[in-house]
Amino acid sequence: MPLIKDRREVDDIWAYVPDEADLSPGGCITVSLARFRSETELLLARNTEIGVRLEPADDPHELEEFLDRLALIEVDFPKYTDGRGYSQAQLLRRRMGYEGELRAVGHVLRDQILYMNRSGFDAFETDRAELPSVLDALEEFSAVYQPAADERVPVFRRRHGKD
Amino acid sequence: MYRYDEFDTRIVKERVEQFRGQVARRLSGELKEDEFKPLRLQNGVYLQLHAYMLRIAIPYGQLNPRQMRALAEIARKYDRGYGHFTTRQNIQFNWVALKDIPDVLADLAEVEMHAIQTSGNCIRNVTSDHYAGATKDEVMDPRPWCEIIRQWSTFHPEFAFLPRKFKIAVTAAEHDRAAIKVHDIGLNMRRKDGEVGFEVHVGGGQGRTPHIAAKVSDFVPESELLDYLEAIMRVYNRFGRRDNKYKARIKILVSETGEEEFRKLVEDEFAAQRTAEKIALPQEEIDRIHAYFEPPKLAVKSATSEAFEKTKTADAGFARWTRANLHPHKVDGYTTVTVSLKPMGVAAGDATDDQMDVMADIAETYGHDDIRVSHAQNVVLPHVALDDVYELYRKLDAAGLATPNEGLISDMIVCPGLDYCNLANARSIPVGMAIQEAFSDPDDQADIGKFHINISGCINACGHHHVGHVGILGVDRKGEEYYQITLGGRADEKAAIGQIAGPGLKAEDVPVALKRLVDRYRELRTGKDETFIETFEREGMEPFKDAIYAGA
Repeated sequence: MPLIKDRREVDDIWAYVPDEADLSPGGCITVSLARFRSETELLLARNTEIGVRLEPADDPHELEEFLDRLALIEVDFPKYTDGRGYSQAQLLRRRMGYEGELRAVGHVLRDQILYMNRSGFDAFETDRAELPSVLDALEEFSAVYQPAADERVPVFRRRHGKD
Repeated sequence: MYRYDEFDTRIVKERVEQFRGQVARRLSGELKEDEFKPLRLQNGVYLQLHAYMLRIAIPYGQLNPRQMRALAEIARKYDRGYGHFTTRQNIQFNWVALKDIPDVLADLAEVEMHAIQTSGNCIRNVTSDHYAGATKDEVMDPRPWCEIIRQWSTFHPEFAFLPRKFKIAVTAAEHDRAAIKVHDIGLNMRRKDGEVGFEVHVGGGQGRTPHIAAKVSDFVPESELLDYLEAIMRVYNRFGRRDNKYKARIKILVSETGEEEFRKLVEDEFAAQRTAEKIALPQEEIDRIHAYFEPPKLAVKSATSEAFEKTKTADAGFARWTRANLHPHKVDGYTTVTVSLKPMGVAAGDATDDQMDVMADIAETYGHDDIRVSHAQNVVLPHVALDDVYELYRKLDAAGLATPNEGLISDMIVCPGLDYCNLANARSIPVGMAIQEAFSDPDDQADIGKFHINISGCINACGHHHVGHVGILGVDRKGEEYYQITLGGRADEKAAIGQIAGPGLKAEDVPVALKRLVDRYRELRTGKDETFIETFEREGMEPFKDAIYAGA
């Protein structure tokens, strides 16, 4: 599926390996948290970069001690109405200081990506048909009311000249 | 009241344009209804039985005359000449066309109003005491903090797809008129050692499984309020149930987790946020917002008004209205007026376009441009000089707005029911009207005194039946409507869930059963100053149950 990262369409070099499939010898892969937990040593010993995919019920704190060794964390939105991924993202970015790629995957719709971006996502896997409007969606609001995991300065600071 | 600055104006206008685009994509078929649904809901647009319904926020219940006139104009131009004020300080229009809604929202933006987050699984309109800033019994004015919460919760990126809707209410008065204990979060403002803070209640709610909120903190200082709210929201967003819509409210999380454990989760999250993530609202911003809520400059008057007393003696109808519809003001010589939207034969909370215009005019002439909407679906003019009350009353009366029943038995909370709502199992409005008919004599109503009847047309409890002194719940049994009666509920500081009295009654039997109930109350009360709910709490269910079913 097309991938947008840092507001540009980019090629996806990553592959998700389902739990029941064998790990491929090369290439950048992501695995489930459960698999990462059970095969941590093996996965971190690989020559290629490694990532983890979080499902909504997963606790991101489990990744805390490995964050500097992960190049990608995918947060799955099986249904766009399940908003747990927004809290996972905020925790990873703000609480734990994760600086690698944070990618929203699954049911990622144009009208949710501003909130995703504000929560700390810098990459989105979404439908090609919507691509130009997906980027517009990030610019629909010129001001925000609260701090989040992004760079936007809340109006309660801008109002008082505190950028 | 709060006025938008350039940022607020821009954000609301950008929202209108965003929704205009979304509606266009829906109308062109690019967006499927399923994908459009959360977008329209977070803009207050429901699909009802007959048409789309638009719910507009009246943040913490405050309006100015210009806004009220804009609502009148929407009723005229896009609806069928009326609007419906709700129990959560919103107004609903039941007959707007989807294609017109972006224009309606654009009109609203012109008067600093919106429909943002009035529906959907997000933080809804913040509600408060409709007497805020005017009543004698408040510690302080809760509205500035309501506005701060409104802004913080608007488009909060983390909390737009919660397990379920989320409602916050704030009061600062001894007597809770905002029903904080039946809200997801209820805040009670207080002062401790000179510092302002909030007692925090979490997990109240009605619906299928009513709960009275648990007190999670005795005192959160104002400087940390938003952080504390954010901690509660994050715990709820992460751990609230999503497997069953009817178990998804925070009340279920609190009860299944246990109060102690829930409090610990919140406290731990709060402690963790205190470092880098602290919201740190600048004091200048807190001061800026407070400045909008300075009390109106009221001319000094004596505590009693000769004109007021004289007209009361001369006009018995006026005297009766003053006994029911006035509330003491904190400033001598002034009063707070309730404009009842519960006349006989009208759906509770409905007002016509002309009536809205009249209320706007009156607020301008006599009411310092301040209008409130109450959780009991009435309109309030908080600051009126006693000297002006009679003139104001005459104008209200001419517009059919002087029903003398605030807080009395005919001042019911009634959901739209099966006549409008596609969730309902039974009609609510006709039952409410039949009860009003049974107690139509105003002297009789005055004699009965404070008496809250709340009617819901289904177990979702939009008519707040669980917390009515008498609650009436419509149920469908094999295609026939029955009404279950609960007694002893209340939504105030002594909040309680009503107990079921017995088997459901047919619609036509409800008014007579209530007549018998009221007669029994009058026999049992220790005096006229003991209200029904007090008598009920003293005597218990038995005598009233007997009265209800005496005819069976």
